[in-house]
Amino acid sequence: MMGISERRCLRAVRRRSNLAWSRTALRWCALAALPLALTACKWAVLDPRGPVGQADRTILIDSLAIMLAIGVPTILATFAFAWWFRASNTRARYRPDWEFSGAIELVVWSIPAMVIILLGGVAWIGSHDLDPAKPLSERQAPVEIQVVSLDWKWLFIYPHEGVASVNELVVPAGVPLRFSLTSASVWNAFFVPQLGSMIYTMNGMRTQVNLQADEPGTFHGLSAHFSGDGFSDMHFPVRAVRADEFAAWIQATRGTGPTLDGAAYTALARQSTKLAPSTFGAVTPELFAQVVRQELPPGPGPGTERGGAAEAPKAGEAAKKGH
Amino acid sequence: MWGKLSWEAVPLHEPIVMVTSAVVAIAITAVLAWVIVKGHLPYIWKEWLSSVDHKRIGVMYILLALVMLLRGFADAIMMRSQQAVAMGSAGFLPPEHYNQIFSAHGTIMIFFVAMPFVIGLMNFAVPLQLGARDVAFPVLNSVGFWLTATGALLVNISLFIGEFARVGWLPYPPLSELAYSPGVGVDYYLWALQISGAGTLLSGVNLVTTVLKVRAPGMTYLHMPIFCWTTLASNLLIVAAFPILTATLAMLLLDRYLGFHFFTNEAGGNPMMFMNLIWAWGHPEVYILVLPAFGIFSEVFATFSGKPLFGYRSMVAATMAICILSFMVWLHHFFTMGAGADVNAIFGIATMIIAVPTGVKIYNWLFTMYSGRVVFEPPMLWALGFVVTFIIGGMTGVLLAVPPADFVLHNSLFLVAHFHNVIIGGVVFGLFAGYEYWFPKAFGFRLHKGLGLAAFWFWIVGFFVAFMPLYVLGLMGMTRRMQHYDVPEWQPWLQVAAGGAALIAIGVALQVVQLVWSIRHREALRDRTGDPWNGRTLEWMTPSPPPMFNYAVMPEIEGVEAYWMRKQSAIERQALRPEPDYHDIHMPRNSSAGFICAFFAATMGFALIWHIWWLVALAFVGAWAVFVVVAWRDEHEEAIPAATVAAVDRANRAAREAALPTLRPVS
Repeated sequence: MMGISERRCLRAVRRRSNLAWSRTALRWCALAALPLALTACKWAVLDPRGPVGQADRTILIDSLAIMLAIGVPTILATFAFAWWFRASNTRARYRPDWEFSGAIELVVWSIPAMVIILLGGVAWIGSHDLDPAKPLSERQAPVEIQVVSLDWKWLFIYPHEGVASVNELVVPAGVPLRFSLTSASVWNAFFVPQLGSMIYTMNGMRTQVNLQADEPGTFHGLSAHFSGDGFSDMHFPVRAVRADEFAAWIQATRGTGPTLDGAAYTALARQSTKLAPSTFGAVTPELFAQVVRQELPPGPGPGTERGGAAEAPKAGEAAKKGH
Repeated sequence: MWGKLSWEAVPLHEPIVMVTSAVVAIAITAVLAWVIVKGHLPYIWKEWLSSVDHKRIGVMYILLALVMLLRGFADAIMMRSQQAVAMGSAGFLPPEHYNQIFSAHGTIMIFFVAMPFVIGLMNFAVPLQLGARDVAFPVLNSVGFWLTATGALLVNISLFIGEFARVGWLPYPPLSELAYSPGVGVDYYLWALQISGAGTLLSGVNLVTTVLKVRAPGMTYLHMPIFCWTTLASNLLIVAAFPILTATLAMLLLDRYLGFHFFTNEAGGNPMMFMNLIWAWGHPEVYILVLPAFGIFSEVFATFSGKPLFGYRSMVAATMAICILSFMVWLHHFFTMGAGADVNAIFGIATMIIAVPTGVKIYNWLFTMYSGRVVFEPPMLWALGFVVTFIIGGMTGVLLAVPPADFVLHNSLFLVAHFHNVIIGGVVFGLFAGYEYWFPKAFGFRLHKGLGLAAFWFWIVGFFVAFMPLYVLGLMGMTRRMQHYDVPEWQPWLQVAAGGAALIAIGVALQVVQLVWSIRHREALRDRTGDPWNGRTLEWMTPSPPPMFNYAVMPEIEGVEAYWMRKQSAIERQALRPEPDYHDIHMPRNSSAGFICAFFAATMGFALIWHIWWLVALAFVGAWAVFVVVAWRDEHEEAIPAATVAAVDRANRAAREAALPTLRPVS
């Protein structure tokens, strides 16, 4: 643990290096991206559109810059030493017995150690500042969204608004978003690269992540944890809209279309891919909690696979057979 | 009668699989026919399959690794080409096939390429470096190898009968549980790894004991070559970590076979526990692989710089520090699982701390070159290529250890690029360096230098072309394991990566050509003195290839570079030490226990996968019977007469005496 003054000092270092380094790094990125100018908006992680993504990127670039400061000279030294001390170079001094120097050992242990102390500070502060469960704003109330990953689609429930959507996430821009997440069956990870931090979704458990989109726009969201044969289709558009448009969308959705109750959820939980985005006009209260508490049972698997005969023992039966 | 096995298990409707099956079947038949017709079978059985000589077993381990490298690399080519074309389309591999391919690729490359290659080189070189006649437990060594080969066999059988796992190279539940993976794929994975894991553990016990107990007189711990130190560290990790793997996979097996609930969604199962356990093995595994590679690089840098390793004691300390720290960082594999900020930060920092001893090693290698005379033989190029590549991989690794950076890069192609960066740049380059370095010692002739250099350049350029785009794709938000995608901006980078894989393929082909060419022209490449590289450690004192008993008389060790010191004093005096007295040497007899044991293990594994219970029982009894017979054997050694020993040693001395006038003292 580090003292408060140390923390402050590290923060100051970080802030200062933020400015200098991220400017330099951004310039380089811009240069590297020049041939791809048309596709610049696809630099997802490097092109964040919300405070969490921006903070993640800043830490990423700072850490990289700190390491490049030591890594690049080391790579250059490798080339320089190997070339200068090549056997054919008669000007290089050959000292066949030179095998130890206390001073050099002190330096080579100290340099990586000091870099790691600095980076360790970045990691410590960053982990706490960017804890996914930490609310983004103390003043502004967040919009609550419950996320369920299913085989193989995403369900988004707006508990306070009483609506839900499948395979499309609509959020108000400029407002903190508080996501509670779980999974209907196997694990996935909820990830919108341009908004920032991802988080796992796990059956029987609830995880949390706080995100925000600063401006209206459409972003690519996807699963970042392999979940079986339909995994590649588990992507969804995230539409960040103005607050009034969001209210209008809620209004238009509420009361139209089917109701998301236990039966509708169970039907949705069956394995399927490439479902077109759709909405539910009403949601049974506590549906998300029922999924988390497994009052709605985990979604079924594929039934059979090669060599996986239909008589494959269901959980419990085999145990009885075994006794 | 045959459990779940039926003709439906053979994927007749999949042309890629069936063509592969046919080609493999023809190749195996052709090789077998050739061996039998030419009458090589008795030789192969006596000198190789039933051999307990650590050098022979080491070579067989490496041969297994090279064959499996071709298989794993074929998988890589298919993955790269699938992703290069699968923009907005299904490509040519459906998900259920593609998912098997990336699962098999990872499993094969780690368990059946990297592991046997590393263990093979340790087996071959360490007893020679220690001045020992053999490992501590020669028969156990043979059993360990054959069990590893059994695992590899089962993985390959899954290609033709049934299917392989579709869940990734680590079978994360609940996806790998029966409910979501009812097929035999996960069972193939589990039994292959249980059997080969037992082999690896036996090998670990054997090599730890060998380093601790079987050393030449005067070979104190701080006189051991650094490769012996890294071998010790690596095998200590095997002994500590592999039981965790075995226990974890056993729990998953209980879930799948007997309806237990260790990792299921329901009934109190906890899949998060699997993640913790598998990485409690998995992270040390990374160092099990890379520490021996570090040891190889240390030997290579010293030999080809004409200088002792810089900061030997510092290197020993760094090795042991990495050995211990590697057990304290596993949680960084799932920062995104939702642990609290304190937990994530502590594991992130612990991970970074490993970079300190690793960085020290890099600097010590650089200072080994400093004031040296660097010769650019193929092993040295692999070592230099490693330093450059590994620094990049190390930096991206530390980057991923910063939790907020990992929050946006976890499971992305950035991660895939990172671990290939350290495993190819670190482990594979190290293994190739060791392969080129010790090849003349093992077979008595060098590999062709030009082809070796060409292979190196294709590999390293191909590596950068194949994996740097993956870093970019990770930053563009592409996650791993995608069978197809709808983001057009990703495609050009994936096509470049496929081009890189093609360059690596040329490198691999050149290595095959190098091996074949060198065998055919071995007389021109012959190593007559046993010391082709102007070596420093003890193994270069023996003839190439070394006799079965390694050393005619036990060498007395007086320093870290035992052989270098002897060589220098011989050059100064222009005479070898006086001829020693020769005695009979007792060496372990051949044993077919390993091969037969593996036969029963393979049968039992296959029967377990397909639920053929009577065959399981039969094979188990067979394996047990082999064990009993081996345990009760009376004679397990045979004597090599002093006259034979003397003849071998005198020939070696004559070759070296003849070479003496050509050698100059270093200045």
